[in-house]
Amino acid sequence: MTYLLAMTSAGLTILDPTNESIPATRQLLSRPVSVSGLTVGLLDISKPRGNVFLDRVEELLISRGAKVLRFSKPTFTKPAPVDMRHEIAMQCNLVIEALAD
Amino acid sequence: MTSHAPKLPDGLVVVVKRDCATCQMVEPLLALVAASGANLTVYTQDDPTFPESVSAIYDSNLAFSWHHSIDTVPTLITVVNGKETDRTFGWSRTDWQRLTGLDDLGEDLPVMRPGCGSMSVDPDLVDALRVAFTDTPFTSRHVEFSTNEDEFEAMYARGWTDGLPVVPPTPERVLRMLTGTTRAPQDVVAIAPPNLVELTVEKIAINAVMAGCLPEYLPWVIAALEAVCTDTFNMHGVLATTMPVGPVIICNGPATRAIGMNSGMNAFGQGNRANNTIGRAVQLTIRNVGGGRPGEVDRATHGNPGKISFCFAEDEIGSPFTSLATERGVTPGQNAVTVFAGEGPRCVVDQLARTADELTNSLVACLQTVHHPKLVIGFDAILTISPDHGRLFAEEGWTREHLIAQLIERSRTPGDQLVRGARGMAEGIPPHLHDATLPKFRPGGILLTFAGGGAGLFSSIIAGWANSAIGSDPVTRIVGS
Repeated sequence: MTYLLAMTSAGLTILDPTNESIPATRQLLSRPVSVSGLTVGLLDISKPRGNVFLDRVEELLISRGAKVLRFSKPTFTKPAPVDMRHEIAMQCNLVIEALAD
Repeated sequence: MTSHAPKLPDGLVVVVKRDCATCQMVEPLLALVAASGANLTVYTQDDPTFPESVSAIYDSNLAFSWHHSIDTVPTLITVVNGKETDRTFGWSRTDWQRLTGLDDLGEDLPVMRPGCGSMSVDPDLVDALRVAFTDTPFTSRHVEFSTNEDEFEAMYARGWTDGLPVVPPTPERVLRMLTGTTRAPQDVVAIAPPNLVELTVEKIAINAVMAGCLPEYLPWVIAALEAVCTDTFNMHGVLATTMPVGPVIICNGPATRAIGMNSGMNAFGQGNRANNTIGRAVQLTIRNVGGGRPGEVDRATHGNPGKISFCFAEDEIGSPFTSLATERGVTPGQNAVTVFAGEGPRCVVDQLARTADELTNSLVACLQTVHHPKLVIGFDAILTISPDHGRLFAEEGWTREHLIAQLIERSRTPGDQLVRGARGMAEGIPPHLHDATLPKFRPGGILLTFAGGGAGLFSSIIAGWANSAIGSDPVTRIVGS
């Protein structure tokens, strides 16, 4: 009993060092059965040779009936600009972000 | 002062404690003052039965002493209409005679005796008093551990550490930390990457406590965070890169010496509290508030030990050069931090050079190896000259500008040595630069600093990350109050 009481009694109080935010959780969209007729955005992060990989992905997508739009970040070291993210969201059904090195 | 503040009674107010020889010496005088008809109020700090000659109010929680800034006992204050008009502390016969209006008071006592420390400034009590009597400004969540919980393990378990133990940020410690700045706890210093969170002075103070900082370091931590949380420095990219870089913090100005920073022997190393905890506080804040954690946004292939902390001061007094901060536009005498996305330091050995010219050639040869001998212009570097090496430049009157110009000029290399495939190495610059002759560094790409111990014919290079708008540029900020 003494042990249980001790377990619930107050100890040291500290201040939370974090930003205390709780990340929003989002449901993943269901996987499309086919890409045919969908618009796919290909986002090149601007690492060298990322375009080589994306060129081939584009070929494969077009062969399966998808429409492809290409985007590239100004620099791979920074997040994609807000406007670009908005543009992709407005114009594309799907997006593939390509890392390369 | 807060709403807790007890009012000052009109007349004469004396604060004493029994555990003070000067208070005991003046005790008989208190009865004389009371008998003179003066409106006397005595506060006693440690013992309600002292003084015995007159009645006293027991300042048991030290609220009176705290709010009326009693640093020394005895303190004698004159009060008119609730306002303090004069005070003296310790025993000064002329002051006590003047304030009481009793011309013969204490004629048999020495002319002067220093008092003792007030309990309200006792280092063991002052933090708790600050919490009790300050209208606590915190908005951070209070986290209560159970008595059976080891607080150090609990903070590890919550993911709040850099791998080393952290000091528990109790309200007492955080309030003490906040005494190091005049800024309000809810001031937003910056938007902290990578999660783009509003970074308040309070959150910085919490992390500074955890890092082991003293309050006087806090303005440096704040300035460094202002600098790293800029688009120019690009902390998000510095975290996300696979390269082994983190914020290297170079401190300049007279306050580096006032807070005891190390610019001498082992300046980059362990052992100095200010150097190590300022850098650590910056990184803990980015981790805990910004959300930049290894294995998550931080994708470094190897990282480097300096990502726990890498912060040093320039030896401005010993330097033959103008300081880095001055070079970057800071008025001499001001305190400033410069942040640089850098890897760990590497040593340049040249124990045989006896001229500035010879040493410059060695420095260039070593600087050429920054990241790869065939990659040029895209990476900056800090070059830290030691006192032994600096002497060669001082003797020949080389200035900062001359040394940097020579380093860049002598680093120029024909493109056919640098292009991809040349010298049997695939890595290199694009083939169209085959006929160009290129320096190792862009203009401004060498950050010349001066630090280190008095013995050792070595200098040091701290290589950077992708420079310019592509990656990161150094940022300098003035250290505020």
